[in-house]
Amino acid sequence: MSKIRKSIYTAILAVIIIALMFFLEANKFRFGMAYTVIQKGLILSVVAVSMNLVTGFTGLFSLGQAGFMAIGAYVTAIFLIPADGMAEVYYISGVNPSIMSFKYWLESGPAWVQSMYPILALILGGLVAAVFAAIIGFPVLRLKSDYLAIATLGFSEIVRAIISSPQLDTITNGSYGLKKIPGFDSLFETFAIMAVCVLLMVLLLRSTYGRAFRAIREDEVAAEAMGINLSRHKQMSFIIGSFFSAVSGGMLAMFMRSIDSKTFSVSLTYDILLIVVIGGIGSVTGSVIASLLVTASKEWWLRFFDAPLYIGNFQVPLFRTGFRMVIFSVILLLVVLFYQRGIMGKNEFSWDRLSLRVRKLLGGRKRGAKNAR
Amino acid sequence: MLDNILTMKDITMQFGGVVAVDNLSLEVNRGEIVSLIGPNGAGKTTAFNVITGVYAPTNGAVYFKGNMITSNFPKGSMKKLYAGQNRGVYTTTMRKTPDQITKLGVARTFQNIRLFKELSTFENVLIAKHMRSKANVFSATLGLNYKEERQMREETMKLLDILGLVEVKDEVANSLPYGQQRHLEIARALATNPELLLLDEPAAGMNPQETDELTSFIYDIRKKFNLTIFMIEHHMDLVMDISDRIYVLDFGKLIASGTPAEIQSNQRVIEAYLGVQDDGEE
Amino acid sequence: MTITTLFQHILTGISLGGAYALIAIGYTMVYGILRLINFAHGDIFMMAGYFMIFSMATLPWQIAIPLVCILTVALGVAVERAAYKPLRSAPRMSIMISAIGASYLIQNLATYLFTALPKAYPEIPFLKKILHIGSISSSLVTFITPVLTILLVLALMFLIHHTKVGMAMRAVSKDFETAQLMGIKLNNTISYTFVIGSLLAAIGSILYFTDRMSVTPFSGTLPGLKCFIAAVLGGIGNIPGAMVGGFIIGICETFLVAFGYSTFSDAFTFILLIIILLFRPTGLFGEKMTDKV
Repeated sequence: MSKIRKSIYTAILAVIIIALMFFLEANKFRFGMAYTVIQKGLILSVVAVSMNLVTGFTGLFSLGQAGFMAIGAYVTAIFLIPADGMAEVYYISGVNPSIMSFKYWLESGPAWVQSMYPILALILGGLVAAVFAAIIGFPVLRLKSDYLAIATLGFSEIVRAIISSPQLDTITNGSYGLKKIPGFDSLFETFAIMAVCVLLMVLLLRSTYGRAFRAIREDEVAAEAMGINLSRHKQMSFIIGSFFSAVSGGMLAMFMRSIDSKTFSVSLTYDILLIVVIGGIGSVTGSVIASLLVTASKEWWLRFFDAPLYIGNFQVPLFRTGFRMVIFSVILLLVVLFYQRGIMGKNEFSWDRLSLRVRKLLGGRKRGAKNAR
Repeated sequence: MLDNILTMKDITMQFGGVVAVDNLSLEVNRGEIVSLIGPNGAGKTTAFNVITGVYAPTNGAVYFKGNMITSNFPKGSMKKLYAGQNRGVYTTTMRKTPDQITKLGVARTFQNIRLFKELSTFENVLIAKHMRSKANVFSATLGLNYKEERQMREETMKLLDILGLVEVKDEVANSLPYGQQRHLEIARALATNPELLLLDEPAAGMNPQETDELTSFIYDIRKKFNLTIFMIEHHMDLVMDISDRIYVLDFGKLIASGTPAEIQSNQRVIEAYLGVQDDGEE
Repeated sequence: MTITTLFQHILTGISLGGAYALIAIGYTMVYGILRLINFAHGDIFMMAGYFMIFSMATLPWQIAIPLVCILTVALGVAVERAAYKPLRSAPRMSIMISAIGASYLIQNLATYLFTALPKAYPEIPFLKKILHIGSISSSLVTFITPVLTILLVLALMFLIHHTKVGMAMRAVSKDFETAQLMGIKLNNTISYTFVIGSLLAAIGSILYFTDRMSVTPFSGTLPGLKCFIAAVLGGIGNIPGAMVGGFIIGICETFLVAFGYSTFSDAFTFILLIIILLFRPTGLFGEKMTDKV
């Protein structure tokens, strides 16, 4: 396929996506479900790609995503909740005075600066998480695969325990959680932030550092013999991954408008793992596609599993609350057992591959036709 | 004037109670091709692993171009267990990691081929260029190092061309035939711009014709890349043909060293090694 | 803190630790053989809690307890057959994901079948009887747990060192392939490991939940992780080590709670894990005692 043709296809695809965004934005009440699902899918795709960066491309099996998302979400939320709403949110134990004065200072800024606050909040959340990642990465990244998984999982639970502890009531509002978080202005804003994040990660993976990460995944001993400093590069991948997990957590806080520490339990990490596995461990496009698909099926298409189903007067057994999640865990297991490549394997989307697939599908028929002649 | 590039002094490597390398001292001079031979399990690869920093020796020191890169003495539980010689001679601990040693100019291949299996030939070589990159992670992500990147790619292509791997540059490393995988490993090692190249059984698994070609190939790369080569090998024809000097290990101990002619007539070597030559051949 | 309350806490801690120890053995044995963290082990333990609730609803405890043991063992072996066996030669990460998937499935299945609301754990009258020793008073289960734990560990050690199955387990844990060449049936040996692990988890679950009164689908997660840490603390693959690790973690946790740091008791365990792995990755007994199974 020629280059020009490919660029034309890509341009068409971009136009379709943007048009779809505007269409949904204009009809957000008619297509409420699609709107929400796409928004959430986009947000989760950021953390899924970040998990893929660490797990799929660098080969570090880290299960700390929920913890980093929690850090990002809380920083973003505290940054963004309007100053006069704070008293109402922290109605039980009050707000830490220095946070309050910081917030008044924030709100005294010029309007154009204030319009940048959501972005700044997300970046700040990411940076805080990156600092935490740097601190825990130093000891934890020396561990071998499954110990690393348990240690990061433990870290994520520690974050949750600390956030909900009564000692931090005036900062995180303890177990009551935070609400009144301002949301996104539009679907387009969500998409733009997601696109920038994913683009940055793709560029990183394509750079010489991304190649070093993959070398580590393939063979640590050989990578080291090629002059790659293992601990430095693992640390780098882990910190960058945590940064983007936290950005995604912040976006999730903006999407949900209210959060508490239970939002960021281990099962959130498992959900993201499910997305990464279904999309293909080691494929960015796979993660993005799977985020949208999994979110859509979970929140929308497969909802019916949770509701009683009647055929005529007969109530089909099994269909009630919780069945959907059972189906999901079965899917995860089946994918791991029988379809380890996931949707994309280690490949990325390309027009060539797509056309090859399409041709294969059609080709089967054509050959049949030839034989008939 | 002989110019030492690599010196191993009194190296003992002990795992638990097992002494794998016992008081090994050797020297490799610039421009030489030196072979390390010995029956299976003699501790040859262990010696390579000590040079490249994969293992810290239990006792002894390694110098590269006159600078110490590794030094150690028995410590902790090894104090009691240590069964080697020269106890107390070494008192400093110095341990450069494998990546640092590679950066200094020592590259290696592996006995059991360790390519980045799922990456392409081109990527395998390009990765070895990473450590010379001056870009930090941000500028590399944003593509600000495009000149350097282009240069890295050009150098990689040149290298693939020299080693005859251009045709398979987009193939996944794992899918290459055995001989080409060995070549690719050497290409990857050369991409780090080494002065000293350690080859761990480069002819293993090759057919006689490929082995013959290897001789001229090694001469060739030595000339083109201005290399010193230190090699472990079992194919005696190749070793005798190519080596300037040979060291012979048996049960971790150095039993002989000298020119191929000297080694061939050395009674101890014949007893220990050449008499049971079949051991090493596949 | 008076001497009486100190002893009271120590006793509670040892009792909790005994239950942890029994679960930790399951982790340590599976890890010893398969080099795999059986993520589903905590959930198998949780399911044993539910089995008990439903058996006790209709049956007397004398029948209910063996029934619970059988059901739990069946579940444990089923998980191994379905989620781990097909991946024996797969990359490590796939096996781990499969283990997580199994855990996730059991949790979601429990939520679906029993709802997420806590279900009351049945009382076994004789276990709940209050005993007084000096000024310390506690229910019988608190006294029984550590004793039973030690007895079970002794029995297990006997099994491993003096029976054919035990010898097969030791062989497989040393070297998969060689053991197979020696005619040891790999899959059977692995199944036995899961049988023993699940059986101990079932007993641990009875002792643990009797003190805690209720079960939810998530009651297995945290104890599971803590017990894995106990296994690491004792030296993974080492059975007496796992027991000691369980006791240590149980006592530490009880004291943290007693001093009012209950929110940090979980955090403590994980910090402990990181410290062990950094400074003594082989655990307390990883080197000297090589009862690796």
